[in-house]
Amino acid sequence: MTHQINWEFPQALEDEAIYILRETVAQFEKPVLLFSGGKDSITLVRLAQKAFYPGKIPFALLHVDTGHNFPETIAFRDWLVNSLGLDIIVRNVQDSIDQGKVQEETGKYASRNALQTVTLLDAIEEGKFDACIGGARRDEEKARAKERIFSVRDEFGQWNAKMQRPELFDILNGKINIGENVRVFPISNWTELDVWNYIVREKLEIPSIYFSHEREIIERDGLYWPYSPFLNTTADEVPYRQKVRFRTVGDMTCTAAVISEADKLEDIIAEIMEAKISERGARIDDKRSEAAMEKRKQAGYF
Amino acid sequence: MEVLRIATSGSVDDGKSTLIGRLLYDTNSIPQDKMEALHAASKRKGLDFTDLSLLTDGLVAEREQGITIDVAHIYFSTPTRKYIIADTPGHIEYTRNMVTGASNAQVSLILIDARRGIVEQTHRHFFIANLLRIPYLVVCVNKMDLVEYSEARFNQIVEDFQQMLDNAGFKGQEVKFIPISSLYGENVASRTGAITWYQGDTLLEYLEQVSFDHEDRLHPSRFPIQSVIRPRTTEYHDFRGFAGKVASGHFAVGDEVVSLPAGTKSRIKTIEQFEKQLTVAHARESVVITLEDEIDSSRGNMLVKSSEVPAQLKEVSAQICWMDQQKLVAGKTYLLQHGVNRVKAKVQQIHYVTDVTNHVQVTGKTEMGLNDIGKISLKTAAPVFADAYHINPANGAFILIDEFNNTTVAVGFIE
Repeated sequence: MTHQINWEFPQALEDEAIYILRETVAQFEKPVLLFSGGKDSITLVRLAQKAFYPGKIPFALLHVDTGHNFPETIAFRDWLVNSLGLDIIVRNVQDSIDQGKVQEETGKYASRNALQTVTLLDAIEEGKFDACIGGARRDEEKARAKERIFSVRDEFGQWNAKMQRPELFDILNGKINIGENVRVFPISNWTELDVWNYIVREKLEIPSIYFSHEREIIERDGLYWPYSPFLNTTADEVPYRQKVRFRTVGDMTCTAAVISEADKLEDIIAEIMEAKISERGARIDDKRSEAAMEKRKQAGYF
Repeated sequence: MEVLRIATSGSVDDGKSTLIGRLLYDTNSIPQDKMEALHAASKRKGLDFTDLSLLTDGLVAEREQGITIDVAHIYFSTPTRKYIIADTPGHIEYTRNMVTGASNAQVSLILIDARRGIVEQTHRHFFIANLLRIPYLVVCVNKMDLVEYSEARFNQIVEDFQQMLDNAGFKGQEVKFIPISSLYGENVASRTGAITWYQGDTLLEYLEQVSFDHEDRLHPSRFPIQSVIRPRTTEYHDFRGFAGKVASGHFAVGDEVVSLPAGTKSRIKTIEQFEKQLTVAHARESVVITLEDEIDSSRGNMLVKSSEVPAQLKEVSAQICWMDQQKLVAGKTYLLQHGVNRVKAKVQQIHYVTDVTNHVQVTGKTEMGLNDIGKISLKTAAPVFADAYHINPANGAFILIDEFNNTTVAVGFIE
């Protein structure tokens, strides 16, 4: 069975997301949007712009910068913030390392992905944010498939999968106890394809690394890793140049590339529909174990 | 493209997760790396087949016990439709999660193990689907391979189910019975030829042609105000718009509306969707409405058409499903959230708790426990602008929130 591509974006998803964003602002004192520079958080920014128009977006963006981001992502972030006149708070994982709160991983799989949770939790506490809006989608990964739209976290940012509040119809209960905060997921019901179709419909700009480009890569465990000063390599891992693109935007140490010639949105979508590898299949951080995401969520990852 | 939301429910081990895995597999929705992970995981468990149920049981505790604990949301699409499946637990102790999953569904998919027929959980699942007035019900009689694809067995189960339908409170559901084998894929997305006596639609064929319920557009028009947008910029100095999602019915520019509870009248000046000006907004659309006059309205208030003003209730009778470990106590005060409006509400009386298996209403109860379904009456501190659930579901449901721990403890359906 070959898949025909449906280019039409389901409008119901936008209406639902806007409703959720408006509820978040109405029910919480100090929401913040967790911004990674990836397509999902770019979509969230667009939805926020629409939800409060002609007013301004009534919350800031929060970016936890691991220091291992693709430079293209950071350049894009700065461009977006400037062009839309947004407020942004940037917190650095390097600071958490310098404060001795976390320790850099070692070895060839070293990444700062797990470390950023500590920086994030500190930033939430410092900013007194009671709602953190995130671009996670339920189709990404099976632990995420179980998460509510308003997901309550305790003081330690922990997610208790067995004690989730029932969420009925579109009625959202954002009442929380002191010390707790809520992770809000307005695009829970979107799939990767929905996001791409939305980007096309809304003519949104995205970081250049989503499009095919030439860069240095190495091969490891059957995946194409972007070569960078942050990646610890062994002697037999020799970088070479290759035309690639990225399907997700994470750290340079945990996001694998796909070999691709797709340099237009339409080609990217066509490629996704035929792709044999799932979106998070190129996320090295998920490969650590079958329950990798669930474990990170319990620890406060978003 | 439209979105069809389906809730699945079944008992322990009746193959619900396998059925969903089969739907995904047969619609080509499983990427190769996930498929390989499934093969490997199945092998590790010592199985000689690929266990498709491993796709949906996402939590460690679920994989350990081989059961579904919480609602999982699963997505797939065909060239014509996007599907969202809320896969809900079959265990009696997770009934509240089942209600959660079912609350947004247009189709309820009930699974029955052909060997066991209708069991206690089937009654409960059907009762909830019926209470929620889910318009379409698909009853999949599964594991037909284990009863030698017997037509007589299938007919017996249909007949038993028919008895339940005869006793149902709401008779307006469209019910479809399909004999399937999710393990072998018979009548899920295709026919394997094992069943010759059934010529009807496969499950996927049926889902592809279910007509969308746009009935809520014909219901009384309700617009709960989420917030007031006042930019106070030079360009929009006097702009004052009401942001919200149309709950039911439709609103058009020029319509005369009443703001509740104040009762002030005005007319709709504009309906806006970002930079677009609309002439009409339908149920489930998120918009901003501006009015001809400056009237005092804010979050929790509701705009309705002046020809369709609902009763303002301070006494509410409702069917509720209790969802908390701590019991509901008559005389206790909770927060009632109806749409985006919250009021204090005191439980006046528990009229009865329903024994859903035997359809018996047990009276004389002073408390309700986790997963109990029954009828109560509440007195509210301020009026709620609700319709009866059977007349306008989108404006007839509420939740109860415990004031002390802030958790959602019940869902209610106004009578």
